[in-house]
Amino acid sequence: MQLEYFTLIDRIVDLNIGDKTIVVEADVPQTSTIFEGHFPGYPIMPGVLLTEAMAQSSGWLLLGLMKFERMPFLAMIKEAKMRGFVNPGEVLTIEAKVEHEGSGFAVTSAKVRVGKELKCSADLTFRHIPFPHPDLRVHMDAMAKKIGFPLQALTHD
Amino acid sequence: MSSTFEQIANIIAETCDIPRDTIKPESHAIDDLGIDSLDFLDIAFAIDKAFGIKMPLEKWTQEVNDGKATTEQYFVLKNLADRIDELVAAKNAGTGTASGS
Repeated sequence: MQLEYFTLIDRIVDLNIGDKTIVVEADVPQTSTIFEGHFPGYPIMPGVLLTEAMAQSSGWLLLGLMKFERMPFLAMIKEAKMRGFVNPGEVLTIEAKVEHEGSGFAVTSAKVRVGKELKCSADLTFRHIPFPHPDLRVHMDAMAKKIGFPLQALTHD
Repeated sequence: MSSTFEQIANIIAETCDIPRDTIKPESHAIDDLGIDSLDFLDIAFAIDKAFGIKMPLEKWTQEVNDGKATTEQYFVLKNLADRIDELVAAKNAGTGTASGS
């Protein structure tokens, strides 16, 4: 996890195209400039970054479903609930599931756990469009390789 | 008025916090009701789920952009209700045209 670069997902644990679910993990760093301000003497992961982690998890799932032909962009956040603090050094397990695939958009639900403890959850809506710039596609391919995206999952119909 | 229109109107009223009695069959979702594209995603989600269809929003938008259709054909609510009825009928007939891009 590189908070300053918005790289929030470290590895894909499971991607199930048939069930339209994904499980990923993310290692919260021990130190970060973000923790210096959030908060002095009591560093915790900002809720917006936990929400972004849920969005990125959902995004990888949607990329898989769309075979990297279209890029999802976060459009709406509903029912975002921060249920407990997340501390530096903890490992997040993030689950996301596609609730609906519309025309040009998709809706997911996502949850973040530390161990068995549910830390946050949200319902997320994404617009998706063809990759707007080739550099973005190159970047996503490189990131997919880095986090262990199972490319064999892209052979689905 | 068709039950489809009533369902759409109720969805719009609830989703966009628009008074139900201001939503008429002749209302244009964008021009008259002021629904923006983000709110319409919410409406599309609710309509898709309520009717078990996938409204082909991208196809419709493309047709409008290409000058092959007008926004009235898809976004005046009585016309939208007709489009939804067509999608439901196609789905029930198993023609596979209930979904779009």
